Amino acid sequence: MTDKPQAARLRVATTSLAGCFGCHMSFLDIDERLFDLVQVVEFDRSPLTDIKHCGPCDIGLIEGGVCNAENVHVLREFRRNCKTLVAVGACAINGGLPAQRNHLDLGDCLQQVYVQRDGVEDGGVPDDPELPLLLDRVHPIHEVVRVDYFIPGCPPSGEAMWKFLTDLIAGRTPRLSHPLLRFD
Amino acid sequence: MDSSLETAEHRDHLRRVVIDPVSRVEGHGKVTLLLDDEDQVQEARLHIVEFRGFEVFIQGRPYWEVPVMVQRLCGICPVSHHLAASKALDRVVGAMAITASAEKMRRLMHYGQILQSHALHFFHLSSPDLLFGFESDVGQRNIVGVAAAYPDVARQGVLLRKFGQEVIRATAGKRIHGTGSIPGGMNRHLSVADRDALRSDVGRMVEWSRSAVELVKRLHRADPSLYDNFGRFRANMMSLVRADGAMDLYHGALRFRDADGKILLDGVPDQAYRGLLREQVKPWSYMKFPYLQQLGPEVGWYQVGPLARVQNCDSIPSPLAEAERREFIDHGAGEPVRATLAYHWARMIELLHTAEVIRDLLDDPDLLDGPLVAVGERQHEGVGIIEAPRGTLIHHYQVGDDDLVTMCNLIVSTTHNNQAMNTAVREVARRYLNGRKLTEGLLNHIEVAIRAYDPCLSCATHALGQMPLVLELADARGQVLERVVRD
Ligand code: SF4
Repeated sequence: MTDKPQAARLRVATTSLAGCFGCHMSFLDIDERLFDLVQVVEFDRSPLTDIKHCGPCDIGLIEGGVCNAENVHVLREFRRNCKTLVAVGACAINGGLPAQRNHLDLGDCLQQVYVQRDGVEDGGVPDDPELPLLLDRVHPIHEVVRVDYFIPGCPPSGEAMWKFLTDLIAGRTPRLSHPLLRFD
Repeated sequence: MDSSLETAEHRDHLRRVVIDPVSRVEGHGKVTLLLDDEDQVQEARLHIVEFRGFEVFIQGRPYWEVPVMVQRLCGICPVSHHLAASKALDRVVGAMAITASAEKMRRLMHYGQILQSHALHFFHLSSPDLLFGFESDVGQRNIVGVAAAYPDVARQGVLLRKFGQEVIRATAGKRIHGTGSIPGGMNRHLSVADRDALRSDVGRMVEWSRSAVELVKRLHRADPSLYDNFGRFRANMMSLVRADGAMDLYHGALRFRDADGKILLDGVPDQAYRGLLREQVKPWSYMKFPYLQQLGPEVGWYQVGPLARVQNCDSIPSPLAEAERREFIDHGAGEPVRATLAYHWARMIELLHTAEVIRDLLDDPDLLDGPLVAVGERQHEGVGIIEAPRGTLIHHYQVGDDDLVTMCNLIVSTTHNNQAMNTAVREVARRYLNGRKLTEGLLNHIEVAIRAYDPCLSCATHALGQMPLVLELADARGQVLERVVRD
């Protein structure tokens, strides 16, 4: 930490809903620029810290779509607390690969994996109250809350994340030039 | 299976404490503890709470899409899924052996993957616990805190990971979710420019990996009673080993050892895994509990990953890491090393090994030139097994004449460790939490034990979950007052 007063730094929270953590990894692909970044921002709730609930923040980065009740809860907590909310990557923007399940029959699939699959013992669909309720479809996050920015890519590159964040932190409207706007 | 503390005898009237989410791990998990009036832990469970759909929605897709799709299981170890799927599908296209160039490119990609993943896990996620203490200030206990207090350690960690990511980019085209490997081989060589750039850095990576091993050993020496006892329990071990018994993270046959270190099964071909393993389902987790069929679910569970691999192999085929392996084995004084925190030590030995392997591979001319794809007689089934950063990863597919996948079964590394992680949680709960007022720092002990496994909880949630939306209104005792179901 530097001797700068805490208040001078922007607070950033990040979370993964129904994502693969690839977007978080891509954020870490800013590599050693992470050390520059933490001079001007500090992390709130994030898989990188042990803060379990999002407090008031300037920027919230969301990876992944919404697939269960807990995702909805966390997403709303982020929206309530973050001035600017960003959908990072294909899953947050349109559900991404996990949304491939949206066209499949429900009960069948659970039965396949937890009951019928070769090698399964004591088959049965997990149903403990500790497991969050699944939604019947995976939803993009903008169907649940208002979203301020969308960064495409699966994942967006570390370069794209860096450009986006440095623009936002400097008070500019973030602009990604053509080579940074990718969808793969 | 060690089921003490798995399910409390009388679950009513117990106090529920939850750690949610388990942080500084990849994926979504939570721990619940049930405590009685004397603050004795009566039940402790690690729940895997998320669930996606890979095994089912891959069925019906053309097989050649699969190596690219399955990477989205996990953004930390996408290459492992990319390669395990490719290995299974090599067989489907009839490539019983792939070309030298393809295999070396895949190996380079894979060892780059393990290097970056191990660096990420140790430096970014786990080192704060080890450097500051399990009960240290939450505000400091993260990579930013490490960067402030130990700038060299943090910097080396970040640059080690960067190097691994660059190896992946150079072999797969992209740092995360690339496209280099295809059924039957690879679609690219290494460019001379990338080879030269990686070569100029790799010597430093070997040095820093050595420092990382030294750092872990220093931590062990400074507090042996903690490091040798925290989360210590008996477990079987499983990993792939090379035909001569040496460590090989890309290819080999399965070997099992029992909790005394005696070899139970050896030389099991990858295609035969189904005859060995079964998976138990428990209602409170979406992650299954695999076990060795011949031993049964009670005693047949096992550990995978660095701690198992370093002890399961007969040697490590690179000199610096081999010297470290010997020292590690000696530390056990004739017994397997069983302490949970020894995972970190073993992981850093592997980090050093991957850096050595990459250094040597980069000199190989086959990376730059030579045939890349092999084909043969089309088959309908294939199994691909690889040692992913977190342990043995199994992909199994059946493919129809129309090229569409008809069956997909995945047993990911973290799933193999499911029972071991639950046992570690219970062991730590029993030893450190019983009868005490639960503070954040005490609860972090539980997470430290889970973190040591480097669990990839999002990989582990590949099984499809789809249910009608159900809403339940429960009273404070957990009695359901009202239940609404929407189909
Ligand atoms: S967008 Fe891609 S990288 Fe990001 S979470 Fe989804 S699958 Fe992973």
